[in-house]
Amino acid sequence: MKIAVCVSHVPDTATKVKVGSDGKSIDPTGVTYIINPYDEFAVEEALKTKEKLGDDSEVVVISVGGDSSKETIRKALAMGADRGVLLKDDNPRDSFAVAKALSEEIKAQGCELVFCGKQSVDYDNTITGQLVAEMLGYSCIPVVVELTIDGNKIRAEREIEGGREVVETELPAVITAQKGLNEPRYASLKGIMAAKKKTIEEKPAAEAESLTEVLSMKLPPPKQPGRILGTDSSAVPELVRLLREEAKVL
Amino acid sequence: MGNKILAVLEQREGKLKRSAFEAVSTASKLAKDLSMEAEAVVVGSEVSNINDIAKYGISKVVHLKSADFENYSSTGYRDAVADYAQEVDAGYIILANTALGKDLAPRLGVKLNAGCIMDCINIDASSGEFVATRPVYAGKALIDVKPKSAKKIITIRPNVFKAAPSEEAGEANVEVREITSPNLQTRVVEFKKSEGKLDVAEADIIVSGGRGMKGPENFHLIEELADLLGGAVGASRAVVDAGWRPHSEQVGQTGKTVSPSLYIACGISGAIQHLAGMSSSKYIVAINKDKEAPIFNVADYGIAGDVFDVLPALIEEIKKVKAG
Ligand SMILES: Cc1cc2nc3c(=O)[nH]c(=O)nc-3n(C[C@H](O)[C@H](O)[C@H](O)COP(=O)(O)OP(=O)(O)OC[C@H]3O[C@@H](n4cnc5c(N)ncnc54)[C@H](O)[C@@H]3O)c2cc1C
Ligand SMILES: Nc1ncnc2c1ncn2[C@@H]1O[C@H](COP(=O)(O)O)[C@@H](O)[C@H]1O
Repeated sequence: MKIAVCVSHVPDTATKVKVGSDGKSIDPTGVTYIINPYDEFAVEEALKTKEKLGDDSEVVVISVGGDSSKETIRKALAMGADRGVLLKDDNPRDSFAVAKALSEEIKAQGCELVFCGKQSVDYDNTITGQLVAEMLGYSCIPVVVELTIDGNKIRAEREIEGGREVVETELPAVITAQKGLNEPRYASLKGIMAAKKKTIEEKPAAEAESLTEVLSMKLPPPKQPGRILGTDSSAVPELVRLLREEAKVL
Repeated sequence: MGNKILAVLEQREGKLKRSAFEAVSTASKLAKDLSMEAEAVVVGSEVSNINDIAKYGISKVVHLKSADFENYSSTGYRDAVADYAQEVDAGYIILANTALGKDLAPRLGVKLNAGCIMDCINIDASSGEFVATRPVYAGKALIDVKPKSAKKIITIRPNVFKAAPSEEAGEANVEVREITSPNLQTRVVEFKKSEGKLDVAEADIIVSGGRGMKGPENFHLIEELADLLGGAVGASRAVVDAGWRPHSEQVGQTGKTVSPSLYIACGISGAIQHLAGMSSSKYIVAINKDKEAPIFNVADYGIAGDVFDVLPALIEEIKKVKAG
C-alpha cells in the first residue's frame, strides 16, 4: 500500500509572535521552524502501519510550501519515511488551496491511506485532512488517538468533548493524528544519514484559488499585570471577595 | 448568493448543546446585520429541547431526522445538511467550533464550494461587509479574515458568543424531514464517556494544576475546588507528560485552547505554550510560590504562596461563601 503523510513546516511553539511588515502575517526574522508537532504523530503512525503490513508498502511525505519546508520533509525521512515530495508555492494559501494541491498529488501517487496532523500550530485551522478526504472522496476520521486497520476496515477512537467516539469506516481514508496516538520515534543518527540520500521530488503545487483572504494580523490587546494579593493563605478571603465583587465570576 | 443563514445545531444524546444556542443567537444577529433570514437545522433522531431555539432569536427549525442519526455520522450528517443548504441556497452556515463542528464544517465546505473560517471569536457585518476575527498561533496573534466564496461557512468558538434567552419568545416552527437510508460510510458506533467529568473545552471555570502540585496524589485538591465551582480540571503539559493527568485535560498550544470566565492556575509556571492556550480567559488567578513566575504576567489576581497552604484555605473559604 502507498501511504501518504502530509507535513507542515511551522514556527517553533516557543516563538514570540511579531507582526510582519505586510501587516498580515508574522515577521519570520529569528523564528525557528519545526515539523508541526501533530505531524510527528502522523509520520509515526504511517511508519507503524507500514511495519505492521510487512510488505513493500511505501511512505511518501508531502508538504506544500517554500524551499525551507524541505527541512521538515527531511525530518520525516530521518524518522524512516521512504521519499518526499515538495509541492512548491512561496505564496500563502488558505486550507482549501493547500488541500487542493495535496489531494491532486495524493491521487497522482495512488495513496490509499493518508495521515495528517489534527491541526497545524500556525494557523490552527484543524480542517486540512478533512478537506483532502472530501476532495478525494475518501473516508476521514479526525483527531484520532487509537487506530486499528484490518484489511479494508478501519476502527478508530477520536477525542471529542467529554470522551471518545469509536468510529468505523473503510479505506481509502484520511486519518488526522492527535497526541496520544503513539510515541513518535527519534530520528537515529543512521536515520539522519540515510535521509540525506533519500529523494525529495520538487514540483509546483497545483493551481488553486483560496476561498478566504486574510486582511490583517494584530497582536491581542496586552493584559494589564494583575495584583499579587499576598504570599500565603491569609490572602484567600481577599481573593474570594475580589472574585465575587469585582470579577463577578463566583 | 442566497438569502438564508443556517445555524447548524449540535445535539448530543437527544439534547441541543449550549453551543447550539450560541450558534442560533449569532446567526440571528448576523441575519439582522445583513438583512437576511436565519433558520436552524438539527440532524438527529429524537431531540427533546428543540423548541428552546425560539428564545434565542430563530423561530424556524428544520429537523433532519433518522433513527440512524442517534449517533454522529460524518457522511450522513454531511449529506443531510449539504442537501438542505443547496435546496434553500444558504449563503452562510454557522456552526459551533466543537469536535463535531470541526469535523463537519470542512466537509460541507467541499460539497458547497464554500470557504471555511474556523474558530471565530468575533464576526462583524454591521457595515454590510462580513469580516471574521480568529486567533492564530494558539492566540498569540489575531487575524481578520474575509470569505471570497459565494457560500460561507463560519465556526464560532464556544463560550465566546454568549447566548441569553429572551423570555417573551413564542413557539418554534419545527419542520421534520425524515431522511431515508442515510449514508453511513463513516459512523460512530460507540461513545466512551469519561466518567461524568466536564471537559475543559466546554467549561466556564477551570482549575488547572502543574508540576508544582508535586504528584498525582495531590490533584484531589484541584478536583475538589473544580467540583465546588462547577468547573473542569485542567493540566499543564509537564504533568500530562509525567502521566499524572490524561491528555484530554492539557491546556496550551498542543493541548486545548480555552477561554473560560475564570481560570485558576495552581503550581503552573506559565510557559509560553501554556499561556497560548489560556491567556484569553476572562479572569485568571495564579497560585505559585515563585513570585517571578511568568504566569503572574497574565494573572488578574495572584497569591505568591505554596499551593498546599493556599488551596485548602481557598476550598474552605468557598465552602463558607456557598453556605451563605
Ligand atoms: C512543542 C511543545 C509544545 C508544548 N505544549 C504545551 C501545552 O500545550 N501546554 C503546556 O502546559 N505546556 C506545553 N509545553 C511545555 C511548556 O514549555 C512547559 O514545559 C510546561 O507548561 C511546564 O509545566 P508546569 O508549569 O506545570 O511546570 P514547571 O514549569 O516546572 O512549573 C512548575 C511551577 O510550580 C511552582 N511550584 C512548585 N512548587 C510549588 C508549590 N508548592 N506551591 C506553589 N507553586 C509551586 C514553581 O514555582 C513553578 O513555577 C510545550 C512545549 C513544547 C516544546
Ligand atoms: N502546507 C501544508 N503541507 C502539507 N500538509 C499540510 C499543510 N498544511 C496543513 N497540512 C496538514 O494538515 C494538518 C492540519 O492542518 P490545519 O488544517 O492547517 O490545521 C497538518 O497537521 C498537516 O498534516
